[in-house]
Amino acid sequence: MRRCIRFAGVLTAGVLGLAAVSTGAETIKVGVINTYSGSQASLGDQIDKGIRLYMKLHEADLPDGVEVEVLRRDDTGPNPEVAIRLAQELIVREKVDFLTGVVWTPVASSLAKITGQAKVPLVISNASAAMLTTISPWTVRVAHSMWHSGYLLGEWASENGIGKVYTAVSDYTPGHDSEQAFITAFKAKGGEIAGSVRMPLQNPDFIPFLQRIKDAKPDAVFAFLPAGRQATAFMKAFGELGLRDEGIRLIGTGDIVTDEELPNMGTVPVGVITAFHYSAASPTENNRKFVQAWKQEYGADSVPNYMSVGGWDSMDAIYKAIIAQKGKLKPEESLRLIRNWSNPDSPRGPASIDPETGDVVHNVYIRETKMDGDKLANVEFKTYPQVKDPWKAMAKNK
Amino acid sequence: METLLSSIVSVMFHGIAYGIVLYLISVGLSITMGLMGFVNLAHGVFAMIGGYLALSFMEQIGLNFYLALVASSVLVGLLSIILERLLYRDLYGGDELEQVLLTIGLVFMAMATARFVWGPLPQRAVVPLELMGQWSIFSRDFPVYRVFLIGAGVTLFLILWYVVDRTGYGAKLRAAVDNQSTAQAIGINTNRLFTVTFAIGSGMAALGGGLGSELLAINPAYAMEYLVYFLIVVAVGGMGSVKGPFLAALLLGIADTACKYYIPEFGAFFIFVAMTLLLLWRPAGLLGRG
Repeated sequence: MRRCIRFAGVLTAGVLGLAAVSTGAETIKVGVINTYSGSQASLGDQIDKGIRLYMKLHEADLPDGVEVEVLRRDDTGPNPEVAIRLAQELIVREKVDFLTGVVWTPVASSLAKITGQAKVPLVISNASAAMLTTISPWTVRVAHSMWHSGYLLGEWASENGIGKVYTAVSDYTPGHDSEQAFITAFKAKGGEIAGSVRMPLQNPDFIPFLQRIKDAKPDAVFAFLPAGRQATAFMKAFGELGLRDEGIRLIGTGDIVTDEELPNMGTVPVGVITAFHYSAASPTENNRKFVQAWKQEYGADSVPNYMSVGGWDSMDAIYKAIIAQKGKLKPEESLRLIRNWSNPDSPRGPASIDPETGDVVHNVYIRETKMDGDKLANVEFKTYPQVKDPWKAMAKNK
Repeated sequence: METLLSSIVSVMFHGIAYGIVLYLISVGLSITMGLMGFVNLAHGVFAMIGGYLALSFMEQIGLNFYLALVASSVLVGLLSIILERLLYRDLYGGDELEQVLLTIGLVFMAMATARFVWGPLPQRAVVPLELMGQWSIFSRDFPVYRVFLIGAGVTLFLILWYVVDRTGYGAKLRAAVDNQSTAQAIGINTNRLFTVTFAIGSGMAALGGGLGSELLAINPAYAMEYLVYFLIVVAVGGMGSVKGPFLAALLLGIADTACKYYIPEFGAFFIFVAMTLLLLWRPAGLLGRG
């Protein structure tokens, strides 16, 4: 029996070897470090679906004989030590040509260090603390920086009759970034901050924080929480306590009303104003096609969000680098191409990388959450075109 | 002065409501671990399945909110009998490490299964119309659903306390837990007693999961995410006590809410500080018999 198995193994290996030789295939390896299990698995799922959809629809764009193989690894959540081990394995053993994915800021910042040493381009699909692209030139971000939406919302708010704001953010780097971005822009335009609170990252009950805010009677609450359950719980508490009846508005980065979470939030988000770079309800032709393809692939109830677009555009950047080099990759050339990536057809609107900083340049939209038929949608009503990360611009001017 | 008083009123209300939620999700564990002495880390699994089933009953069969809750807890109670017969029974009174390993394994299996069956996204909670909105009392607003939860939690506690403290069944259960062989010797069928009690505990866990789903969203990681809260309530309340976990949940709920309201900078870890101090003061828990 054992001999039989060994024989089968030899045979399989032989057949596989033959197949590889006969097609002369060039296999490009893309490592994806993403959160596939644990309590935050829903985030990784959105990115992965974006990656898969892009690959399915763009298979024909690859040069003849070139194949892209995706190697998925699970960091199980914001665990840099796990992610580093996985990245080392992917780089040393699998010899990947690109690394992408990355939900979490702490993971991204530790990966940026080792991919820089190994000279493997790292394309960040989601992690959004402003400083991430400053660690290594080998790190490029197609996602967004917290300063994009926080800063522009600060400007918009004080120009649109909101005088006094209480800020409430989750107590971790992206939360601090968005708080600082909002306050910087809002105060520069003459706005007043009534108070600031940083809430624990894993927090089951937001009522006490919101009660405190309600008693301070600001014109609006600025909120950032990681997309998903935390944002939904915050939204529910906002509705339960009836802050809106007291004339307190809710504004924030788009993380608090991500497209796939809206159905879980009831009618509370109606009237919420957010700044963000992507809404599934955006009426552009490119987005309409993207959402349609998405629903065809993953079912009519499935909704893409900004992370799906992050996964999609990460693959766009990688595919374009592969196509430009006709599948014969040189790491330096791949990096140069990715740092000069642009995608005029991105579902979010035109997006590109600023070669100087490695960070994304894209439109930031101010949106209002409204009922669209029987469903909620984030309706864009003002566009700040082609915004570079304000944090990096300010750091340079100092 | 008036604002201070009114803030105290709302902190007390929200604290009690939060405490009751903690109690509701932990009450099942206060039976299986508190009374039966089994380190049942898989408690959250029953709560999670209860939540999933209740929501599925409402969405797919169209059962109303209350019926769906009852149906799901009965069903989970019955299902737990199978688990009890197959797995738990062998480890009664046994090594605690083995109990921990078994039940934490169940947690991992349940997380993967739930993700496979219901997907990774949290479920949408359903609240009947009559429980939405707010009541205005003393010029303060109180969310109706939380008032309902307080009522449900207090009722559940009173029933449980009456059954365990005042009925023949309760007396037998306490006897069997204290000394199984003597209880058997005087003719108590401890096997059946434990099975029934375990089923009741699991059913209550399911009920808590369903009732609390509006606040603690049902998702595949539920059993792991809130495990620390279940354990805090039972540990601080004291093993072997029915009143202990109730008091502990209220105390922690009020203290945590007050801290988050008045000094939000410490909101993240106050509940753990409170637990440490309480356990230093009374290592066996508030009303523990240890």
